[in-house]
Amino acid sequence: MDDIILQLNDVSTHFPIHSGFVRKRHVGTVKAVDGVTLAVRRGEVLGLVGESGCGKSTLARTIMQLVPTTGGTVVLNGKNLSECSATEMLAVRRGMQMVFQDPYASLNPRMTVYATLAEPLLVHGVCPPAEVPARVANLMKTVGLAPRFMQKYPHEFSGGQRQRIAIARALALEPKIIIADEPVSALDVSIQAQILNLLAQLCRKMNLSLIFIAHDLSVVKHISDRVAVMYLGKIIELGPALDVIDRPRHPYTRALVSAIPTPNPDVERTRQRIVLAGDPPSPINPPAGCAFHPRCPYAEEKCKLAVPPLVADGPTREVACVRLGEI
Amino acid sequence: MPLLTVTDLRTWFHTRNGVYRAVDGISFSVERGETLGIVGESGSGKSVTCYSIMGLVPTPPGRIESGTAMFDGVDLLHCTPKQARAIRGKRVAMIFQDPMTSLNPYLRISEQLIEPLLIHEKISRRDALARALAMLEEVGINDAAKRIHLYPHEFSGGMRQRVMIAMALITKPELLIADEPTTALDVTVQAQILELIKKMQRELGMAVIFITHDLGVVSGLCDRVQVMYAGRIVETADTRTLFYSPKHPYTRALQRSIPSMQTKGTELFTIPGMPPDLSKPLVGCSFAPRCEFVTERCQVEKPELAPVSASHDQACLRVQAGEL
Repeated sequence: MDDIILQLNDVSTHFPIHSGFVRKRHVGTVKAVDGVTLAVRRGEVLGLVGESGCGKSTLARTIMQLVPTTGGTVVLNGKNLSECSATEMLAVRRGMQMVFQDPYASLNPRMTVYATLAEPLLVHGVCPPAEVPARVANLMKTVGLAPRFMQKYPHEFSGGQRQRIAIARALALEPKIIIADEPVSALDVSIQAQILNLLAQLCRKMNLSLIFIAHDLSVVKHISDRVAVMYLGKIIELGPALDVIDRPRHPYTRALVSAIPTPNPDVERTRQRIVLAGDPPSPINPPAGCAFHPRCPYAEEKCKLAVPPLVADGPTREVACVRLGEI
Repeated sequence: MPLLTVTDLRTWFHTRNGVYRAVDGISFSVERGETLGIVGESGSGKSVTCYSIMGLVPTPPGRIESGTAMFDGVDLLHCTPKQARAIRGKRVAMIFQDPMTSLNPYLRISEQLIEPLLIHEKISRRDALARALAMLEEVGINDAAKRIHLYPHEFSGGMRQRVMIAMALITKPELLIADEPTTALDVTVQAQILELIKKMQRELGMAVIFITHDLGVVSGLCDRVQVMYAGRIVETADTRTLFYSPKHPYTRALQRSIPSMQTKGTELFTIPGMPPDLSKPLVGCSFAPRCEFVTERCQVEKPELAPVSASHDQACLRVQAGEL
């Protein structure tokens, strides 16, 4: 139960905004990730959802240490990443890998599949050079690609196959955790299902943890054990996937769930949809108090006063809303 | 009489690597006030169909090989440029997937909004501006009087799509073609835009062709749906029939592969393989290589759309033979 592989404690990532050409002045801060506390267990699939600009991708990059952390700690496998030296980081990075959204942009067009997959093996010295070809062939088989395509270039593959190559590259170092940033949103429905199956199957077989970032709630519901909903840099609801999506508690999650179109004409025509007014606010100038209050149908005076903390709601769920008991 | 009747449309692209049969002999019609959904994976020819009707196919390499598109008595594919100009942009309007690349970044919103009015109607700049302002308010842009003088980059994605819709509807078209208008947007913004399209359709009584790959969006919006695969229509029916009793194996497989239709934790149903390469001539049914019910006959004989019931057509040989 307490086999926690990744622990985030009050993690913040802020970006300063500068203005002026000669004399740079600090004019503001984008709080892309603001006080996120989260734990991922071994073998668990955590879905991370939210609208664009809510900080899901920045959170992923913060965990990967691709952007500097402003505050808080990221602990992977008992190791605090912000205190690691460069050599330690190299070893740590073997334990976590990333799959990106666009398989057209994330693979080097001038490298063959073999070169792409052999590179991490050679850089990290995972195995003797003589064993590399066999390892690459194995990786390709794991993700459902025939090893005979080894000498082909990315442009010779379809989107779904490219995403398989990207997944194989992430698996090459036998990581403990994979962060997949919208891995299926660039793919067609029929191909999406193939990649989702592959990811789910890999997690089960290799006891891999997965942070699955997406904006499509139906996809997240299917693949995740737990779901975290983000709004403007903060987690506002966290809990088991089925609970959160079938019985959302936070007004924002409710609106998000009700906005998903269902492929069922009778349901679609009769149900009440909560249509939120306006766009998500800017993270440069977040509203005072609860960041959601300007769009929230239940907002009151007290919502504008203080930022609601993420509090337990039952044994497995956490919600950040001050009016939780009243609505 | 239908508002738009497309008959045997073929749009091919002649490239160095061969001839891509992007749209290969499709026929359909749209009634006044009706919403028709066109569903298909990328490369199935749904966008090219609409580009052909709007005269937006880049020529070369594209070429409309055959077919007619009768809009209120005028063939949009073969009429004079002058006739076409009087219809396109006025009586038939289009909105695109990516509102950032389809708005001109150098022009203020006001300039772009009044352009169709100045071209198609005898109207003064001042009156045109007043109508543009009213239209912006209609599509739900707050503080429109101030915002109308801004540039596209000062708007968010959802707002840009609202501007696109305002621009398309300002001439009160009879037919709106929407090419994946919500794909680039967040779900909450998508819900807003879909509501807006529904509202404007009610007010103007226009017909809508809605292109999407999302079956969920179609189910709430469209009266009729047609499913495209490899440049051809494989099934067309009213929305309820298509969702509750689909006939064609592709439609059924597509529906089964949506995550929300399946129980959690089970292996998702997938369609094996990939869509066919359209640059090679296809013998037989184009879905045959991926179909679970394939027979030898499917590989040699090309299926045609045939009615199942009054408003339900599908193109599968085995369904037509009563075997499925």
